[in-house]
Formats: sequence, structure tokens, C-alpha cells
Amino acid sequence: MNKILVLAAVVAWTGAAMAADIGQVKVSKGDVQIQRGATKQAAKVGMGIQASDVLLTGSDGSAGLTFTDNSLVSVGPNSVFAIDRYSFDTTTHAGEFEGSLKKGKLAAVSGKMVKQSPEAMKIRTPSAVMGVRGTEFVVQVDEQATQKP
Amino acid sequence: MKSLAVFALAALLAACASAPKHVAPELFVVVPAKDGHIGTIVVETAGQKRVINTAFGAERIQTDGAVVQSTMTRDQVHAIFADAVDALPGRPASFTLYFLEGKDELTADSRVELEKVFAELKKRPLPDIMVIGHTDSVGGLAYNDKLSLARAERLREMLVGLGISGDRVGAAGRGKRELLVPTDDNVSEPRNRRVEINVR
Repeated sequence: MNKILVLAAVVAWTGAAMAADIGQVKVSKGDVQIQRGATKQAAKVGMGIQASDVLLTGSDGSAGLTFTDNSLVSVGPNSVFAIDRYSFDTTTHAGEFEGSLKKGKLAAVSGKMVKQSPEAMKIRTPSAVMGVRGTEFVVQVDEQATQKP
Repeated sequence: MKSLAVFALAALLAACASAPKHVAPELFVVVPAKDGHIGTIVVETAGQKRVINTAFGAERIQTDGAVVQSTMTRDQVHAIFADAVDALPGRPASFTLYFLEGKDELTADSRVELEKVFAELKKRPLPDIMVIGHTDSVGGLAYNDKLSLARAERLREMLVGLGISGDRVGAAGRGKRELLVPTDDNVSEPRNRRVEINVR
């Protein structure tokens, strides 16, 4: 019974993913989950990514995503990265990419929308907003260091 | 929406310099690209924007909210970020094929080249392929938008015909917006009549 429910959920997920994919999981090692609304699912290579998905990794997890404008984003272990907004026009290259690194480590290479309009890509952290003019950068939010002894 | 409100509150607290605070330390670093290109990021915290545009140029936000800028070494950055950097997907690759004037037919040379491109595409597991058509500057904007899309769609059909799954290939036209060789308007230029095949 449970298996049938899980299968139904997977089918529904895959069907929905085809509709508005903005990117794809290309690398998934260890514990990697994608949260979409109330549903959480282990991230597999080839899985579609949608705006407002949240990427979560466990202590042995890391994951890499590609986006439709050729942006690349990866996260290390114990990370939470939310895709808040994403749009990209393949004809004009106009777009916006807003993500939040809640905790953990992120590496990224900006894509075509940033080339077209600097700072179209923004990464929010608990204390800052970073505008990306290009191209490769890393960000850490070291939540563990804030836990008082 | 809730997270926005929380964020706004955090920003408000950060702006109030006298309030004692304890935030998660943050670190932002510009990393040189493989081709040596050094990018630029702008970090805004507590209403202050700071530009970082040097190799391994870094900004730290400390637990007390203080901001410190520095230059790190490649090894220091590697020690912290190796897991994340290793998980970055392979860099996208790009190929260019050329078309006959005013048509969606490949030139003879490019028909031969297509075989090589196809072999490269087949090497990638689960490739995401985007075919982007371009034109030279002969004709109006609407005409060229249509022609560029026809070229991209024609090439998409050829890739699918060679055995690439159709749901992995997209097509788009850029018209005459992105001339490879800059020319005046209404100039026939073979190198501008092309498609780019981008694979992720």
C-alpha cells in the first residue's frame, strides 16, 4: 500500500517537473533532498528543478544544479539553499535568479542573464544580499559557529 | 513572505549599531575562473554595499555583525569550500554550425561538422541541449526572429533524427540580436548565419 502511494507521488512529481523546469540536478552525493511545497524527495541526477524548490543536504551530502541560463550552483554538506525566484527569457536573455543560502556552503558560476544584466542574480544570506556581476564565487553561512558554548 | 519579514527584521536589527547581536558568521569570496577571468560581487549588509572584484577577494561578516574584507589564498578557500566546488556540474560546452543565406539549410562544411558535434553530445549522460539560432543583419527584426527559430528547430530535428531524445533538446531564436561578426544593418555575413548548440 505504501509502495503504491510512493509510486503515485513519484509519478505526480515527474509529471509536474516537466511543466516548468528551470534547471536540473546534475550531481547528487550522499544525503540530498529537494523540498517542493510540503513534499520532500531524495534528489536524483536528472531530476528537474523548479522555482521555489529548496535543496537540503545532510552531513555527507553535496549536490550540483544547472539552470536554463547556464548558471551552475552547488552546495556542500549541511546546507539549505532555497530558489526564491527564477525567470529567464531565451530570446532576450532577460531574467532574474534570487536564491537564499540559509546555512552551509555554496559555489556558483553565473550564466547568461548576468552577462546580459549585471546583478540579475542575487544570493541572500541571513545577514546580507549579494548581487552577482559575474562569474565564479563561493558563499558560506556558518550556522554552527553561532551556537554558544 | 514570512522569511522576508524575518529578513527585514534582521536587517533592521543589524542597522541598529548599538544593539548587541549574535549572527551566523558569513563569508563571500570571488574565485578566478579556469580561464583566469576574475568576477565581481557586491555584498550589501546593514545598508552598506561593498564591491569585491579581486582574485580570492573576501568579505567576512563576524558574529558581532562587523564586516572585514581580506584577500584569501587558493588553499584557504579550498579548505573551506572543496565539497561544494567539487559538486559543481561540468562547464557547459558550445558548438557552432553555419547556414546558407536566408535558409534553414546547413552549409556543406557544417553538415560534416554535425557528425562530430553529435559524437560530443553523446558523451554526456543526460545532456541538456539548447539550440539557439542566429541570422545575419539582412532583413527586419521579425523576419530574422522567425528565420533564426526555423534554423534552431531544423537543427533540433536533425539531432533527434540522429538519436538524441527529443525531450532533452530545446530550440530558440535570437534573430539578429547577437551578431558573431558585428556589421551594419542589412549586411550579408556568412559567419552570422549560424546556430549555437549549447550542452549542459
